[in-house]
Parts: sequence; C-alpha cells; structure tokens
Amino acid sequence: MKASAFAYARATSVSNALELLATHGDRAKVLSGGQSLMPAMNLRLISPELLVDIGELTELRGIAVTGDVLRIGALTRHAELARSPDIAAHAPLLTEAIAHVAHPAIRNRGTLGGSLAHADPASELPACMVALNAVIIVRGQAGERRIGAEDFFTGIYETALSAEELLVAVELPVARKNSAYFFHEFARRQGDYAIVGLAAQAIVEGGIFADLRLALFAVGDRPVLAKAAKKLVGAAVTPVMLSGASAVLGEELDPHDDQQASAAMRRHLAKVLLARCVSALLGRPDLNAGGSA
Amino acid sequence: MTAHVTISLDVNGERVDAQVLPRLNLADFLREHLQLTGTHVGCEHGVCGACTVRVNGDIVRSCLMLAVQAQNASVVTIEGLSDSGEIADLQAAFRDRNALQCGFCTPGMLMAAQDLLRLEAEPDREQIREHLSGNYCRCTGYQAIIDAVETTARTRMGRTL
Repeated sequence: MKASAFAYARATSVSNALELLATHGDRAKVLSGGQSLMPAMNLRLISPELLVDIGELTELRGIAVTGDVLRIGALTRHAELARSPDIAAHAPLLTEAIAHVAHPAIRNRGTLGGSLAHADPASELPACMVALNAVIIVRGQAGERRIGAEDFFTGIYETALSAEELLVAVELPVARKNSAYFFHEFARRQGDYAIVGLAAQAIVEGGIFADLRLALFAVGDRPVLAKAAKKLVGAAVTPVMLSGASAVLGEELDPHDDQQASAAMRRHLAKVLLARCVSALLGRPDLNAGGSA
Repeated sequence: MTAHVTISLDVNGERVDAQVLPRLNLADFLREHLQLTGTHVGCEHGVCGACTVRVNGDIVRSCLMLAVQAQNASVVTIEGLSDSGEIADLQAAFRDRNALQCGFCTPGMLMAAQDLLRLEAEPDREQIREHLSGNYCRCTGYQAIIDAVETTARTRMGRTL
C-alpha cells in the first residue's frame, strides 16, 4: 500500500527540528533513514500528520573517540558503522551485530538513532546498546537528557524518548583490556528479524568472568539484560554453575508465542545461546556439550 | 500543509525538476512521473527488493525512500545501468544461465548483484547469497542467479588480470 497523506518539513538544524516537534508533538514523526518508519506508514500502521526529515543534519552524523568514550551520532548509517575502523576497534560487538541487520540496501539507509528510537524488541541494535552499557543522549528544547540503555527501552516500540525530543547520539565505553564479545541470533533467513538473539559483552581475566552482560532480544517486550549472568561471574565456570544460570535464565524470561516460534522454543533457544556464548567467551568447548538448536 | 514540494535531482545523468507530494515514494516517482518502469514495485514495505535503485552510489529500496528525500541526489535506475553498458556482461550471464523466468525481480537482482561486484571483485557463493538475501525471486530457486553472478565475477577477474 501507499502511505496516507502527510505534510513534510526538512529540518535545517537540530533546534529547528526541536521547534517543529514542540509545535506538533505526537502528531509528528521524525524521519531519519526511514527503514522502519516508511514500512509502517506504507502499511498504514501509523499515519503521522507531519514528517520532520532530519536527514540533512550532518551535525548528527559521525563516529568519534574521546578518551574512554566512543560517541556515535544518531544519523550514522548501519553501513557506516559496519565499515568504521573505530567501531571495529572499540565496539567490535556492533561490527558483528550490524551484519545481521536486514540487507545491504536497508543498511545503506537505516540509522542507529532510527533503530533505537523505533525500539523493535526483535532488533539487534537496542540489545547491543544494553550489552555495551550505552548512554542514549536525547535533546529537547529544555536541554539534554542522558539515559542509560536499560532505562531507555520501555516496551514494544516504546522508549523514554518524548514526542518533543530528538535522539542525537549514543555514548559507549570503549572496549577495555581483556574484554570479549559474543553475538548470535537464530533467524529463518539471513536478514530476517531474530527468533531469539543474544548480544554479550564481557571482561575475562584468567579464564574467569570479571564482568558479563548478556542482552537477549526477541524474547520480551524490550531487550532483556539477563540476571542469570551474575551466576557466572567471579569464579571458574563449571557445568553445574552453567546449568544453574540456564535455569535462572529460563525463569526470568517471559517470551511470547507467534507464528515463528512458541514461548517454549524461544526459552530453549535462549538457553542454547547462553551455553554457546559462555563456551565461546571462555574458550571452553566443554561447556557447550549439551543442547542443540 | 500537504502541499507539493519542489525537488531537483539527477536521474541516470539527466537533471530532473519536479513538483511532488510528500507521500510519493521514489519508486512511484520514477515509474509514474518519469516513466522509468524498470524499477518494479512489489511489496512496498522493503522486503522483496524489486524496487532496488542506486542513490548517490549506494543501493537502496526506492519504496522506503520518499521522492522529497532524493532532493539533490544522484539516482541510477536499471535503465541507466543497462544503457551505460556497465552490466552488459551480467545481463548476458543472467540470460545464459536462465537466471530469470518471469523477470519481475530481475532489475532489483541486477542492481544488488552489481553492487556486490563493485564492493567485492571475487565473492564466493555464500557472499553472493548474503548480498542478494534481500531480493526475492519466486521463479528460479536462486541457484541460477548465484551461478550468473559467480560467472560474471570470474569473467571480470580474468579480463582485468
């Protein structure tokens, strides 16, 4: 189908965009890469009265490393993330995850900020932000707010962003010494939304997790930072510890049923991912003995 | 507020000025305003890949881009790619390998395949599959398409050696 009629404003600056959003509130939608917004509009799932196109705000584009902080502008496209040496060096989890986001033609248009503001619970980048402990920076006419990724995602397509605010950037801590990452998702076909996925960031010292952040996606209404990870930190992981963590993970997840998979299947696949992840991060094939997908 | 917007852009090397409604997507603009009907419209929500065109050198879904977003852009459609001779060998390989039947997906397939061959001179079959994963074909079962792209890559490598 075609999108229903709407008015269009090409923002000339961030403050111009914020003025438009302040005036029109939730009757307006921000157009960034449009790779989630346009399908929703073409399917008439949403019909905003006004699109505020921020595509020309080059001040929102780019990747910069300052000290221990990696800052990525909201308008940075997926394809730019994928080929950025700064991302590969300081947040390699993102480089790996981006290859699973849709298809080349979509990655050429889609933006990081757009993906995060859209907040599809099955999409990769929100989970990566949670795993990487990112800070999401949003700006309104009253000023900037810095929101931790865990607090930013509040439900299906819902975030802490108000209708009058613009997501302008994210900040990530640069990968520390001894950091390791894992990314995997189960999907029917390359580029499809995940049935279940896991983005993980860890610090491994002497074969022991000093820190472990497991962000699962497509298993709830938002990315889930698994509490089960706590069971695996601070001591050499044994098969018994791993099965304990797996049981905790099964209990804390509340996945949904849909045409792609039942809740039970999603829970099972999440546990399979947990075992693969822990085994891969620690270089311990013995921990991935059971459970197949 | 839903007034026409003036746009100017470059399409297949020619400057185009037009008045369009904001809701008009780039695919419909190309097809209905410029009669460039080689760009096909399938699913209209970014899944099938039939509407793939090149904008500022990168392939995009023209059903997920508004015509007004193409302001000052350089757009190349399958007509431009074909007329320039850039993909004559790829087109010949598609014919030779029976990599099309009904032909509906073919313009988008050629766009995506040529994009891959520009980025990666000698892709393996897995890379070809991955790059074409956003383009649906309901006739061929894909094998013949992968064959045609692989053959073209090899021939081009041989020519440049």
